[in-house]
Amino acid sequence: MTWALVLVPAVLGLQSFVTRSNTWRRVLLVAGAIGHFVMTAMAWRNLPAPAWGGWLELDAAGLLFLSITSVLFLAAACYAAGYLSREKASESDLEEGLLFTNQPEAVFTGCLLMFLAAMTLVCLSRHLGLLWVAIEGTTLCSAPLIYFHRHHRSLEAAWKYLMICSVGIALALLGNFFLAVAFSSGGRSASLALSSLTQAGVTPQLVWLKLAFVFLLVGYGTKMGLAPMHTWLPDAHSEAPSVVSALLSGALLNCAFLGILRVWQVLVAAGHADFARPLLVGFGLLSMAVAAVFILGQTDYKRMLAYSSVEHMGILALGVGLGGAAVFGALLHAVNHSLTKAMLFMAAGGILAAYRTKTCSGVKGLARAMPVTGALWIAGFFAITGTPPFGVFVSKFIILRQAFLGGHVWIGVAALVILAVVFVGLALIVLRMAQGEAPEGAGTGALRDVAWTVIPPAVLGVAVLALGLWLPTWLEGVLQQAAHSFGGGL
Amino acid sequence: MSWIDTVMILLVLTDLAMLGSSRLGVYVRLAALQGVLVGVLPLLVGPGRIGLETAFVVFTTIAVKSVLFPWLMSRIMRGFEARREKEPYVGYTASLFLGVVALGVALWVSRHLPTEETGVHPYMMPAALFSIFAGLVLIVSRRKAVTQVLGYLVMENGIYVAGIVLVPDSPLFVELGVLLDLVVGVFLMGIMIFHIHREFDHIDTDQLATLSDWKPAPAPAVSEEARP
Repeated sequence: MTWALVLVPAVLGLQSFVTRSNTWRRVLLVAGAIGHFVMTAMAWRNLPAPAWGGWLELDAAGLLFLSITSVLFLAAACYAAGYLSREKASESDLEEGLLFTNQPEAVFTGCLLMFLAAMTLVCLSRHLGLLWVAIEGTTLCSAPLIYFHRHHRSLEAAWKYLMICSVGIALALLGNFFLAVAFSSGGRSASLALSSLTQAGVTPQLVWLKLAFVFLLVGYGTKMGLAPMHTWLPDAHSEAPSVVSALLSGALLNCAFLGILRVWQVLVAAGHADFARPLLVGFGLLSMAVAAVFILGQTDYKRMLAYSSVEHMGILALGVGLGGAAVFGALLHAVNHSLTKAMLFMAAGGILAAYRTKTCSGVKGLARAMPVTGALWIAGFFAITGTPPFGVFVSKFIILRQAFLGGHVWIGVAALVILAVVFVGLALIVLRMAQGEAPEGAGTGALRDVAWTVIPPAVLGVAVLALGLWLPTWLEGVLQQAAHSFGGGL
Repeated sequence: MSWIDTVMILLVLTDLAMLGSSRLGVYVRLAALQGVLVGVLPLLVGPGRIGLETAFVVFTTIAVKSVLFPWLMSRIMRGFEARREKEPYVGYTASLFLGVVALGVALWVSRHLPTEETGVHPYMMPAALFSIFAGLVLIVSRRKAVTQVLGYLVMENGIYVAGIVLVPDSPLFVELGVLLDLVVGVFLMGIMIFHIHREFDHIDTDQLATLSDWKPAPAPAVSEEARP
């Protein structure tokens, strides 16, 4: 069962590389997504047995992030099946009018499924070396996805992504070596299995442990999109097809966050988490501030969403750094952010297909021309900025409340100011796009709502709304358990 | 002076030579030489008897780093006219100077690490840190995509040496990690260089600068008062 979670998407992905029919490929994609979703749902009933000598095991945190990935991938697969049936083999460029070809669909579908397998492996890993391999694997599978439209801008985005994330991952490898030294005893290096690193009575060497955390934080933080290592993120998210952006933002960034959380778990178990708190809070606030600056006056709505992801990754880091109830808040926020951001990127994909421009000023009268997409776009804006009654409000509130109760008043005030700036920045862009007269030819041709671009994001949107109104006890239980292993909890 | 010290000094010298050189062919040859230098390390560090695992590690490291990758890079470059790096963002002399400063810093840092692991071979840790730094400088300061990939290779060599010092009892773990990193990185980067070449007819990464939030604003019309 544990193996099946990784192997099913991987095998289907390989199958998709070799098969000839494009229709069959789309069937494979959706089947893989449904299969993965069903297996994940079964894991909620009872956790699958550990495999591979305990290196692969699903714990509460792994289950949480696996579920986020699985739900998003299912929505994305349905969206992608519709998207691929509309994409032609070669198209003229939206911004510069150049002709370009698409990556063969075999590569796209195959890489999507392999990407799912790699992200699943990240969630299942209970060994920090294996976790590192899996995160490396996600880079390998996602770079071709960013370069789906073969033109020079997506090439640039993919090159930056590959170069910057490879350097980050290399630094994380060095961090793993440091961790092995920190836990070595009697001249023998330690195993990097999480169970042996977190067991009671182990005393790591503090200098190496600190070095390890810093390198792993910077390494995985690059992939997670923490400022100032976030520079690849807006480019990759704006140039990739919207469905890939949704997965990158909602699932991949979370996987990198899980990488940092695993190291954090080791620090918490060793009782040395306090030195790392300011680091996480600092990176968190810096990411939020940088994102706010670039959201104000942003001219490209997909880049705007990408910077919003940087902001929310900052909130996650801030929550974990604050500790206590904020850890619970951060984990809940990861769920909420993923659902909301995927919904927004999918809506953006619909807007892009209809208006054929990524500039904010080129989109007018969205609410009139495409009522459903327009409603999703506005609802997504209110959700992502943390307006009640959406789920994001609850998780942001828990984190900020902890900041004030824990005596970090200035951190709380700074975060609130930044959130307000982001709200204004997003409101200016999103509402201007939604308002106004509908352009010529609305309701006909490309300028109308299409089922596959509105149903998956609408389902995600309903889920975020539901999470804001009611937190199911099963979800709360897993969140509590996961937060407890990261040194926090309500 | 032991063999290890000699190898480490050669490693530092090749790093410096790469920082100061402009010819792409020289970069590739130096990278291949570095592959051999770091490849033989497990033989020198180990307890003297050579097991199957060590032999495997040495063989694959040298095969990948000094045969496969240099071959791939020269194949990529064969189709291009450019043989030299041109106008790097940081000049060759400045890079060399930076390198010398970094070498000093690397020695200082290594001296202040707890020396249980690093004390046996005092030059390995500084050489490793310096290689990582030299690789990073090559990545950020050069324009050619090929040079950036080779910089990445140099950085990985540094990490490999650091791994051998820090985790001496499981060279296979270190090697697998580094090789995986390289295969993913270098192969994908190699494929992308082909695409960059096809798209722009050269391999300068400064053409890859369309996506930015720092676009210069369109030059404002000169106002009447400002005109002479």
